[in-house]
Amino acid sequence: MTSIETELPSITRVYRIEVHPADVSDDPVGRNTLHEAQEFHLAQSLREVRSARVYLIEMTLDDSAIERVAAELLADPVNQRYVLGATDGPSDGVGVEVHYLPGVMDPVAMSTKDAIVEMLGDAAAYCEVRTGFRYDLIGAGRGEAEAIARAMLANDVIQKVEYEAYCPDAFVKGTRYELNLTHIPIRDLDDDALVRMSREAHLFLSLEEMRCIRDYYREAEREPTDVELETLAQTWSEHCVHKTLKSRIRYSQEVDPGSGFRVSEIDSDRPGHVVNEDGTVEIDNLLKSTIAAATKKLMAEEVDWCISVFEDNAGVIAFDETDAVTFKVETHNHPSAIEPYGGAATGIGGCIRDTMGTGLSAKPIANTDVFCVADPNWDRAKLPKGVLHPRRVLKQVVAGVRDYGNRMGIPTVNGAVWFDDRYLGNPLVYAGSVGLIPRDMAFGEVQPGDRIIVLGGRTGRDGIHGATFSSAELTDTHADEFSHAVQIGNAITEKTCMDVILRARDHADGCLYNAITDCGAGGFSSAVGEMGEKLGATVDLEKAPLKYEGLSYTEIWISEAQERMVLAVSPEKVGQVTALAEAEDVEWCDLGSFGTDSKELVLRYEGTEVGRLSMAFLHEGIPQPTRVAAWSGANENSSPGATKANASIGELLEALLAHPNVASKHWIVRQYDHEVQGGSVAKPLVGPAADGPGDAAVLRPKLDSDKALALSVGLCTAMGDIDPYWMTLAAIDEAVRNAVCVGADPSKIAILDNFCWPSCDDPKNLGSLVRAAEACYDGALAYRTPFISGKDSLNNQFTTDTGETIQIPPTLLISAMGIVPDSGKCVTMDAKGAGNYLLQVGVTTGELGGSHLALVGGADNGDLPKVDLRHAPAQLAKVAELIGNGWIAGAHDCSDGGMLTAAAEMAFAGGLGLAVDLAGVPHTGELPDVAACFAETPSRVLIEVLPEHYDAVIKALREASVAHGEVGRFNDSGRLTVRSGGGQVADCDVNALRRTWLAPLDW
Amino acid sequence: MKPVALILRAAGINRDVDLVRAFELAGAETRCVHLHELIEDASPIASCDILAFPGGFSYGDDISAGRILANRIRHQLMDAVWTHVAAGKPVIGICNGFQVLVKTGLLPGFETDADQLPQRITLTDNALPRFVNKWVDLKVESGTKCVWTRGIDTIECPIAHGEGRFVAPPEVLDRLESNGQVALRYASNPNGSDRDIAGICDPTGLVFGLMPHPEDNIHPNHHTAWTSGADTAATSGLRLFENAVRYAAERAAQPA
Repeated sequence: MTSIETELPSITRVYRIEVHPADVSDDPVGRNTLHEAQEFHLAQSLREVRSARVYLIEMTLDDSAIERVAAELLADPVNQRYVLGATDGPSDGVGVEVHYLPGVMDPVAMSTKDAIVEMLGDAAAYCEVRTGFRYDLIGAGRGEAEAIARAMLANDVIQKVEYEAYCPDAFVKGTRYELNLTHIPIRDLDDDALVRMSREAHLFLSLEEMRCIRDYYREAEREPTDVELETLAQTWSEHCVHKTLKSRIRYSQEVDPGSGFRVSEIDSDRPGHVVNEDGTVEIDNLLKSTIAAATKKLMAEEVDWCISVFEDNAGVIAFDETDAVTFKVETHNHPSAIEPYGGAATGIGGCIRDTMGTGLSAKPIANTDVFCVADPNWDRAKLPKGVLHPRRVLKQVVAGVRDYGNRMGIPTVNGAVWFDDRYLGNPLVYAGSVGLIPRDMAFGEVQPGDRIIVLGGRTGRDGIHGATFSSAELTDTHADEFSHAVQIGNAITEKTCMDVILRARDHADGCLYNAITDCGAGGFSSAVGEMGEKLGATVDLEKAPLKYEGLSYTEIWISEAQERMVLAVSPEKVGQVTALAEAEDVEWCDLGSFGTDSKELVLRYEGTEVGRLSMAFLHEGIPQPTRVAAWSGANENSSPGATKANASIGELLEALLAHPNVASKHWIVRQYDHEVQGGSVAKPLVGPAADGPGDAAVLRPKLDSDKALALSVGLCTAMGDIDPYWMTLAAIDEAVRNAVCVGADPSKIAILDNFCWPSCDDPKNLGSLVRAAEACYDGALAYRTPFISGKDSLNNQFTTDTGETIQIPPTLLISAMGIVPDSGKCVTMDAKGAGNYLLQVGVTTGELGGSHLALVGGADNGDLPKVDLRHAPAQLAKVAELIGNGWIAGAHDCSDGGMLTAAAEMAFAGGLGLAVDLAGVPHTGELPDVAACFAETPSRVLIEVLPEHYDAVIKALREASVAHGEVGRFNDSGRLTVRSGGGQVADCDVNALRRTWLAPLDW
Repeated sequence: MKPVALILRAAGINRDVDLVRAFELAGAETRCVHLHELIEDASPIASCDILAFPGGFSYGDDISAGRILANRIRHQLMDAVWTHVAAGKPVIGICNGFQVLVKTGLLPGFETDADQLPQRITLTDNALPRFVNKWVDLKVESGTKCVWTRGIDTIECPIAHGEGRFVAPPEVLDRLESNGQVALRYASNPNGSDRDIAGICDPTGLVFGLMPHPEDNIHPNHHTAWTSGADTAATSGLRLFENAVRYAAERAAQPA
């Protein structure tokens, strides 16, 4: 058990040690900082950067010990040198130091402290460490240095910039908290006062919810304590209960969408939908009536491989006879807007904990990530106040996922990036985590009397109000107002916690605990509140180990400090669990017990009761609101129009390959470890030179088996402005198609939904959300792909200091996980050989709305192509069968950029030439060349067929009545040629196309 | 009797699973033991035939990669490790494990006294100072003393590191080369390593460290080009482990 050191030895001081490269010419960090300053257009007279690490060590006075620490621990004897104290700043430049603010998680400081204690033993009985960075900006003036520091070296939310060598006399310490039980009068408040309280206390509850709470306390004849109100706010937050998706919705159709979900076509088969006489539709619990309803229907029919859906922290499906796989995708948008590195790192860290908190804990085996950001070349001068530059955001969210995922030893294998300027103030960060769990451990159940055992990190003020903050809207003052909601992670704490949990799970005596969940949004309040829902719980808040003193009982209860897991352990097994934890230096505490007589949540601090809530009210008391949704037609058309209407096929192809949505993501992929755990089958970049964009990742979760798992995404945001219904179906189609293209069995694909929408208080936005949810229902049933988990984030917009609100485009990420029966039969998209045929499966229709061609100005943003639910699933099943037969050398989905973009990618990934003839493109109606090449009609796949299998493939497709056509043949020419109507319409150098594709994000 | 490979676990080590699989496929029995357990009782080291330091981010690679773990081993486990080395039993350190071997001084291991093993080499920030994961071609140095690379010409496998740049003073590099201690070089240098060095061994050839991950190319579906019909067996990393397991088995079979 841990306790806080309260007594300081009498003589302590802060030592400062700088660690420099021994040779100033060998300073990769300095060189890279210079390069970034140039890349950000911030270097005016800056010509060199010299980097150094700064360690501040507070300990008992002992100069020789400090010298030893510097020499043996901090500085590398081969290529570094250390200086005790501070070196002078540069004579011809500015020295900039970046230090963390007190209380901010600093993993290096924690490790350094432990290593000093290990090294010096009792001599370091009192030792505290903080770390910082020093950058000597040679040639720079003060103004330039400040701009560089602000734009790329430090974030005010977590760090402080110093222009002199920084060394405080002593570190700031917390002061001991004295219990101060606080009641908040609510019983006499009127509506105005309730609304004001909700906002000012950062509860973010609606008036109805505030009234409901007031009435509860009127009945209880007392006022709530502060911690009770906070508990209700956390538990009832949008983030935790998805109240919008679960609300009763009255949907009206102000404009007839013409196709897709139409009021006139709603039949009695649609669960939970009632058409009113006035033409509006009443939907009882949107989530239950669409997404979950589809899964329920599929499970009632032949889909027998879903194990746990929408119940646990992740969805669970069968993998093989003995094991199951889990999948969860989360968003961490608002924290990432303010502190992208920490926001993204804790985003993936939190999602991994969801995996660890599923059933009796799944072992995390893969990560996915998707980012939506504004133009990385955005004019810095036009950046609204309170907004970080999109390039910085993208770089740092990638670094956050990289550092957390790589350190955890989990491969990050699949993802996407979408660029749209409306993400400027509100970027999106999606993080996914896949796990492996024995099927007989897929469920846990808390038993009365179980101890509440917390493993992992300490509790601090970090992340307080994260759950409620995510329900609010971003404004230019958010960084100031909510800086405490930002969290910084420590991956190694989570890794060691995971190691211990898996040991406890797989213990020779059987699993040592009865249930487990993670501390995510809402911290202990959500974790213990959820686990104790049926039994009640008694919590002694002072038992939680703290990072520093001074936390009130409420702060302890709602802190969102990272890397904590809560286990329900039978009293007789507590010793075994804690022995495992102590053996690997994982901190633990016993926070109380589950089970109270009247099923209440009882909170105590040093023996004093500070809160008491009925679990029934906490979990069932939230009123179901009725909300108004209206479909009022497409968003205002923001596309550039057909400015490149006269461009040639070759020019358009280049423009599409260079569009950042399409362009190579190798800059990101290469920073992620996608090999660790040894199961890699199909990597994110494929082909002999690893420069082809793979459709989906494939990995073998069990190293002694060739059964595998395919992971893919579908994201068709450009279609959403026109009609989110068709966008959603296209995204489902794309995710499934990507998985099929590598060898997944289409009858064993599970999908996840993650909605990121602008404010759904606006009926127009809620109307578009309804259309997306309805499409989820139709799509899941048509493809026989159950939704197993999902999340939503419904307040994504940014209000600038001038009052302009920028709403993000409605963004739905579909993630897919498919079973691959035999890893040895997987295929990749790179062309395999000259002489092989290229076939297009599926028809191209002429619509160009929502296409990348429209985004680059090659067409007007008109009508959308529409998924044909009658034919698409069978078509994909046939492609899967051909792959299973071994007749296909390569397959690639035709999506972003259309057929010719996909064909070009296949050619350059395989290092081959390709002769395309548009006469072979299967189509309906009139099809101009530009549409044949670049239309983004869903459901199409390009397949590469060896000459010896050509006849068999054609016969199989013909017999199944699947539309197909030969669109080209690979060759050794090094050219991509396109013929149409007997003439040549394009002739491009394949290597040049590859370079065009590689260049835009080659950072 | 199968030779026993002991794989060290510690806070942040994460390629232990991959390494266990490689040794199993190579014919060894494996034991994965936590550092703290070994500090309490080092007998598992004494009873193993091969000692392996896997990849990962020990203690977060905080301060510098492998530094904290190397110091802990130096302070608390060196006797047992050195006894293993002095007995002529194979040792491998991959990635973070290589960083640990270098920072404990076990590599290059010019000296023969455990108390006098200075750090002569370092593995530091890549020339482009960020993590990189990609496949590399490795050439086995002709004339190397390395036991692990015997009979192998080339290996293809991924690198996955941010601090993999091999740096040493010229005289140390010369000595490594003239002594047959350079085991592997990159065909195309991915991180700015001095003289393209990817892996070295000690003067006996038994203690072997390398940055790339041969344990991640041991299955026919691992290779980045397996779907285009590449001859993956010809570049497999498994052969390294088979060499060591064979050596350990033969050594154990010899009369003491």
